[in-house]
Amino acid sequence: MATQISMPKLSDTMSIGVILDWRKNEGETISSGDIIAEVETDKANMELENFEEGTLLKIMIPKGGKVPVGGTIAIVGEPGENIDDLIKEAEASLQSAAVEPAKEEAAAPAAPKLDVPPPVAAPPVAPPVSAPTAGRSGRVKASPLAKRMASAKGLDLGTILGSGPGGRIVKKDIESFMASGGGRSLISTYANQLPALEQKDVPVSQMRQVIATRLLQSKTSTPHFYVTVEVDMTKAVELRGALKEASVGSVSYNDMIVRASALSLRQFPEVNSSFYGEIIRLHGEVHIGIAVSIPDGLITPVVRNADQKSLIDISEETKELAVRAKEKKLKPDEYTGSTFTTSNMGMFGVENFSAIINPPEAAILAISSIVNKPVVVDGQVVPGKRMNLTASFDHRAVDGATGARFMKELKRLLENPILLIL
Amino acid sequence: MSFQNFDVVIIGGGPGGYVAAIRAAQLGKSVAIVEKEKLGGTCLNWGCIPTKALLKSAEKFQSIQHSEEFGISVKDVSVDWSKVIGQSRTVSSQISGGVEFLMKKNKISHFAGLAKLTSPSTVEVNNDGKKVADLKGAQVIVATGAKPRRIPGIEFDGKKIISSKEAMILDKQPKSMLVMGGGAIGIEFAYFYNAFGTKVTQIEMLDQLLPAEDAEVSQTLGRSFKKQGIDLLVKTKVESVETTSKGVKVTVSDAKGSKVIEADIALVAIGVEANVAGLGIETLGVEMNKGFIKVDENFMTNVPGLYAIGDIAGPPWLAHVASHEGIVAVENMFGENKSGHGVDYDNVPNCVYCQPQVASIGLNEKAAKEKGHKVKVGKFPFQASGKAKAIGEPEGFVKLVFDEEYGELLGAQIIGTEATEMIAELGLARALEATAEDIFRTMHAHPTLAEAVMEASGAAYDQAIHI
Repeated sequence: MATQISMPKLSDTMSIGVILDWRKNEGETISSGDIIAEVETDKANMELENFEEGTLLKIMIPKGGKVPVGGTIAIVGEPGENIDDLIKEAEASLQSAAVEPAKEEAAAPAAPKLDVPPPVAAPPVAPPVSAPTAGRSGRVKASPLAKRMASAKGLDLGTILGSGPGGRIVKKDIESFMASGGGRSLISTYANQLPALEQKDVPVSQMRQVIATRLLQSKTSTPHFYVTVEVDMTKAVELRGALKEASVGSVSYNDMIVRASALSLRQFPEVNSSFYGEIIRLHGEVHIGIAVSIPDGLITPVVRNADQKSLIDISEETKELAVRAKEKKLKPDEYTGSTFTTSNMGMFGVENFSAIINPPEAAILAISSIVNKPVVVDGQVVPGKRMNLTASFDHRAVDGATGARFMKELKRLLENPILLIL
Repeated sequence: MSFQNFDVVIIGGGPGGYVAAIRAAQLGKSVAIVEKEKLGGTCLNWGCIPTKALLKSAEKFQSIQHSEEFGISVKDVSVDWSKVIGQSRTVSSQISGGVEFLMKKNKISHFAGLAKLTSPSTVEVNNDGKKVADLKGAQVIVATGAKPRRIPGIEFDGKKIISSKEAMILDKQPKSMLVMGGGAIGIEFAYFYNAFGTKVTQIEMLDQLLPAEDAEVSQTLGRSFKKQGIDLLVKTKVESVETTSKGVKVTVSDAKGSKVIEADIALVAIGVEANVAGLGIETLGVEMNKGFIKVDENFMTNVPGLYAIGDIAGPPWLAHVASHEGIVAVENMFGENKSGHGVDYDNVPNCVYCQPQVASIGLNEKAAKEKGHKVKVGKFPFQASGKAKAIGEPEGFVKLVFDEEYGELLGAQIIGTEATEMIAELGLARALEATAEDIFRTMHAHPTLAEAVMEASGAAYDQAIHI
């Protein structure tokens, strides 16, 4: 029995989703848990998880299409099943909800066409049709000024996402739509033709401005020194495997490093400090920030009192924080107040790097990949799993020897990861 | 003394602090507010509210003097100065009591005393030099406001050299007064005292009253003030102030030379400075900017968890700005700012409550051109407004500045009676991005003063009807 897949509400303020890409094609078998599409919401780009079993019979909303929450985006069933009624039902409901039909050149047929070629350099929203607002039903919320600008520039307001109250399109949205190249007309081009690169002046977002100011201040006014250690991760890799096998949960290496850092910081309060000119504050609590990359910058969710949390607790909390960080839904008290920060580039295959201290903290830990390489153990060359950790310290608060001892302790804990579970 | 814990501790009970407190309480947070004087801050006790009561007295007095033209003869009019002042104080204390009620209603813990930050999250409250409480806040907001700024080398003595605070409670009306400063506060007091017959001389260093306002507005106000009898000296600098047994002797200078002016009292109204003394923020390493606390777009200082809003976080020093900052700061810190709104500093109304009133929002013609806009300006004088003529207030005009391309409303300037009430329409128009045509096509009731807004937008496109 065929069923419809509808656009889920992926954030609590989401009213419309844009299909950025389909990960599955019509005719493919899908099962529960598969990621079938990528969706842009008002907050972020997210993966759309499927909960049906069967064959993807029909894609109702092609790549680039916009659909309100609850609108049918695809139909799943048994191969060969008659789904004409379901398609009609879905089309009717989509039309009454005034969704964007498949967007193509003006000459496109009214019914959704399925094999739409990917648009060149897809703008963040669906590409505009050339005729302004003609034949569109339903109300588009837009300010009078935005309407006037759109009509002067020949833009279809229906293709622009509004940032005002209730999704209202305002001047700023038209301007950013134009800036993102949304104003270019879409003449059909060969799929393999390279889009021309163009010089663009991108306005500096508030987040970028904060990053710029804080990091410039840190790098120019904090005397950094760097200490690198190579950690034998053999036992950590084994422990992670064992925990997974025992169905305890998927603890990441990052979680282990956060826990190990927290324990080490307890022993070296100078590293868990802030230099305030007259005083050095040795913090009474250990709060570890974890740098997370998000589309227009980065944010540092904080695991509070990490020294008092178990590895599993840290793991669960970090996962949850990271998800909300990417959705930009962290509360200020969840990304401020850290006393030490970690930055992990291991997933990019980075062998070594150093990070800029996040003021007013006294140190930051740069985490690189675990590398398989030949190492010498007891005079024999054997395969080893090694990872570089580089800490940057504020020399005003931490001396070289203290920094080195801190790193030595961190290395000891990670090389004997059973200590992280105790 | 053990700590009392709160989700947020707010230092200062003015229009920034108490509004932030109520918003936080609405969000279900536990809130403490610390205030060293009466709740309501400068706004309710020593600013916005009591001065509006004083100005109303002056307006009533003026309107009685002009009642003849409406067919009413009034004889033996007299002013009881102590009642003029008393009425203003009564209004203040009533409203301050109202704020106290709001604190109770919202279950906000009110601590009377002087606050000192002992760390970014702990506040010590002292009353009469005795510690009365130790508070700990997951978040702390500093909203201690600002106080009148003195001219370097000229100290306030509270008797002959006074600030706005003393100017609203003088025991007796001075015969003559020198007002230093041509901003909103100086203007309101110059108008007030002049209306009751004090000989007022007003001095402004720059070339017009309200230096940031549209030149035409300032000129109209200047002419009106001179007509009302105020001696207005622009492009004039105060060189020295000397107190004598009779009053003050002030030496001023302009391009032509210097001269000495004598008066009973000198009012210094040249701006404000932050109330930071004793707060303990220096030891926490809080970053400052020109004497005010530096904050980011969430109103957080460089010290995590420590916020600042209102006058202490820098200009514009206005009660309505402080309140909006308080709301946004609280919603952001608790993740409750669902629509992601900030404080729109390009859409702050500025109001002066003398007669004629002055109100403006957004860019004036000169500022718009400097920003590179091609502008269309529409102006409508109240002289051509039926309502303004009927109520005997034909002074002033509405001026609207539009961007030529799409008719975007860039700014509005109004001078005339009730200008401060009329500006709200233009704030909403800007917030909703109404264009000239939208304003012109919106039916305005006849006869009203607000029709002038509709006509001014028509005038920008040569479509005004009554001019």
